[in-house]
Amino acid sequence: MTMAQWTHKHLLDLDDVSRDEIELIIETARSFKEVSSREVKKVPALRGKTVVLLFFEPSTRTRVSFELAAKRLSADTLSIAANVSSVTKGETVLDTALNIEAMNVDAMVVRHQASGVPQILAKGTKTVIINAGDGCRAHPTQALLDVFTMVDKIGPLDGKKVTIIGDILHSRVARSNIGALITMGAHVTVCGPGTLIPLGMEQYGVEVTTSIDRALDGADVVMALRMQKERQQELYLPSMTEYIKEFCITSERLKKAKPHALVMHPGPMNRGVEIAANVADGAQSVILEQVTNGIAVRMAVLYLLLSRKTE
Amino acid sequence: MTLLIKHAKIVNGSNAGGELSGLKDILIENGKITRISQGLANDDAQVIDAAGKTVMPGFIDLHVHLREPGREDKETIESGSRAAVKGGFTSIFAMPNTKPTIDTAQVVQFVFDQAKKVGLTNVYPVGAITKNREGGQLTEMMELKRAGCLAVTDDGNTLMNAGLMRRAMDYARMAGLLVMQHCQDPNLTASGVMNEGAVSTKLGLKGDPTVAETVIVARDIELAHYLKTPVHFMHMSAARSVDLIRHAKKQGIPVTAEVMPHHFALTEDAVRGFDTSTKMSPPLRTAADVAAIKAGLKDGTIDCIATDHAPHTHEDKEVDFDAAPPGLIGLETAFGLVMKELVAPGVLTLVQAVDKMSAAPARIVGLSQKGVIAEGRDADIVIVDLEKEWVVRREDFVSKSKNSPFVGWTLKGHVVKTICGGKVVYAA
Amino acid sequence: MSPISKIMDPDQVRRAVTRIAHEILERNKGIEDVCLVGIRTRGVVLAQRLKEAIEEIEKKPIAIGILDINLYRDDLTLIAHQPVVRATQIDFDITDKTVVLVDDVLFTGRTIRAALAALIDLGRPSCIQLAVLVDRGHRELPIRADFVGKNVPTARTQEVRVKLLENDGVSDEVLIEEGR
Repeated sequence: MTMAQWTHKHLLDLDDVSRDEIELIIETARSFKEVSSREVKKVPALRGKTVVLLFFEPSTRTRVSFELAAKRLSADTLSIAANVSSVTKGETVLDTALNIEAMNVDAMVVRHQASGVPQILAKGTKTVIINAGDGCRAHPTQALLDVFTMVDKIGPLDGKKVTIIGDILHSRVARSNIGALITMGAHVTVCGPGTLIPLGMEQYGVEVTTSIDRALDGADVVMALRMQKERQQELYLPSMTEYIKEFCITSERLKKAKPHALVMHPGPMNRGVEIAANVADGAQSVILEQVTNGIAVRMAVLYLLLSRKTE
Repeated sequence: MTLLIKHAKIVNGSNAGGELSGLKDILIENGKITRISQGLANDDAQVIDAAGKTVMPGFIDLHVHLREPGREDKETIESGSRAAVKGGFTSIFAMPNTKPTIDTAQVVQFVFDQAKKVGLTNVYPVGAITKNREGGQLTEMMELKRAGCLAVTDDGNTLMNAGLMRRAMDYARMAGLLVMQHCQDPNLTASGVMNEGAVSTKLGLKGDPTVAETVIVARDIELAHYLKTPVHFMHMSAARSVDLIRHAKKQGIPVTAEVMPHHFALTEDAVRGFDTSTKMSPPLRTAADVAAIKAGLKDGTIDCIATDHAPHTHEDKEVDFDAAPPGLIGLETAFGLVMKELVAPGVLTLVQAVDKMSAAPARIVGLSQKGVIAEGRDADIVIVDLEKEWVVRREDFVSKSKNSPFVGWTLKGHVVKTICGGKVVYAA
Repeated sequence: MSPISKIMDPDQVRRAVTRIAHEILERNKGIEDVCLVGIRTRGVVLAQRLKEAIEEIEKKPIAIGILDINLYRDDLTLIAHQPVVRATQIDFDITDKTVVLVDDVLFTGRTIRAALAALIDLGRPSCIQLAVLVDRGHRELPIRADFVGKNVPTARTQEVRVKLLENDGVSDEVLIEEGR
């Protein structure tokens, strides 16, 4: 079997990433999962490369996952928690990136609270940009690790029903997953309160429903999204209590899904809000495996982007 | 000073005589057009040969941000005036959202004085409706009128309190001022940065729905009807707004409306690259909205074209899309875009286009001496080469700011000379 | 087309594998604590054949593993076609074992250097030996094979192509092709 070649300079989103390329990432990630299980969890593939983790928005999990991935490939890593207020004081995002680039780094892993920042950096710098989450727009490595986890557990996703439940409006995880899952042939259903589903979602080939029963019915995969408490203050929700009553994934509700349906969550979880504790910890949950797979997928992405021949 | 324009093909607006037959000479004395005829001669006159060119009334822009006083790093009355005359505009209306706000006679006088010192184009400061544009106490409109204001607006902010809007209209009518409304209900706009719809959903950007605009248009149409008092709707962007205004006009309700070139030249798809010069308020809409705006221009629902020229520095704009201030510069590209998007594809005839850019805005604000080339009127004239193609280049902008999404576009129709008050103020 | 000459046919390959199997047994005095590790991709096929030959002789199983050396290459950013990384599958502890590394062609020695680095990350073998089907010379590193199917003098510009039934779907052969 000949695999596709990776052709993109950056990983900004999954819009132009083909099914073959996603399969290449999955295949590569499988190999890296083995590396992470060794006594010596390190290979020299990216020796001498420098990966900068440029996080304008705080994130522990994603940053740690990328950092471990880079280190296990022998790259040097540098983590910068960019102070957002310094941006408003005059130094633009691009200035910050150009300053880092001037130190001859090979890749920047970027997280920013505004959509589109990775694009701005990809356009304005010469460095490889890897999007670690921008605004509500995209979180490509999260979607890739989710797809990897699904394929690993239930095989090819063609015709599989994947249901994403919660705050779709503010979720970059949902947006990236929708794109990747449709590319992989899955049927995607999104479900949440009417105030938290963005307009025009149907145009992207997604089924939209506010009925959790309908969303869960026959699902092969059930993914819960984090429901932030601020949504109540922002008047999207009358109360968290009502959200929990209507949308929390309980073991009772989960019975409507397929018997061995996977339960997933991108973390961090609000136990008892979007997902009941016994479901999060239950036999169907692959939530911790998502975390493990995250490192393998990020290793694969770093390897594919940074070990290529460059002009 | 005497000017003689020879061999002029004169095109007035459709409601101001349209295209004059044959080539004419135009004699300009003391800032007025004194004769239009054939074979004119004057020994003292500076002669301009307009053969092969088209001569139109100078353009009038009801919606310009000059940033002075307060943000002279973005634009000044001088740099904005230079941009105006390069774009063929001989009258521009300066929005009151400066620091300080144009809400007293002193600030009005300051703008007039600065503009006079620059001496390139007519600058008409537009007063605020409420003090500091805060939506509270009304400004002293009688004083603003006496200082020279023709219109009032809280542009940038919508006058949300309907009761206050009623009082503003009643009071402005007494003062002889036109009320111009910026239509965006901020509760619906929330913190939207682009049109709400499938594209904003895809890009993960907060959406600003068309209904934020249309609810205000609908409300103010009702007020205009009830009070029999005119309202001018600024920068209309939504198809439903055009429908509402069309319906209102059919019923004889005294409303007028303007649109901006970017709202008929671009759609929300332009935002996909996260270029912050595509962020403006109201935002770029869909292809259906663009089609409705064009239809509204064609059937007269939309009265005029303005620019919403909104300069921002590179530093202000070179941030992420959410953080960038809304707005784009428009004075220098307006005519080329009107030709490319409206006249070339046959949406408007040339005389209709000229009407939307000169006679109609003059009529709306009551500039009786402007907007038409006729004997006895002000000698505000633009000479254009309709055939000349040019490329919009960042370095060619004379505005202090360069925030234009049209950089790289090829436009056809180029301003060759601008004459304001009988004086050549721009020559390409 | 470049001129091609065949230097091994299926019988020669089979005899070479059998001979190497015997040599491995002789050198290590049996297969106690000996294991085979094939380097992807054709080294894996040869290791499997050696395993069968050795088990035929010894009537005892010998452990076999698969090594992917791509992550240890020193030319990753130089080669045009980015290699697809596949899993290393060595399901036993190599510490204190005698590991016989198996590959098809020994040339510059760089692949073997990468394989040695990879193996050492996996454990501390008591001894590593190297078995190859063809040694074509032109070493760039101080590496030599313990077991060689055939020594083939070549020019630097020539290419040695090994085809093995299980991997390539054609009968075994070793070809020398003139380089361009």
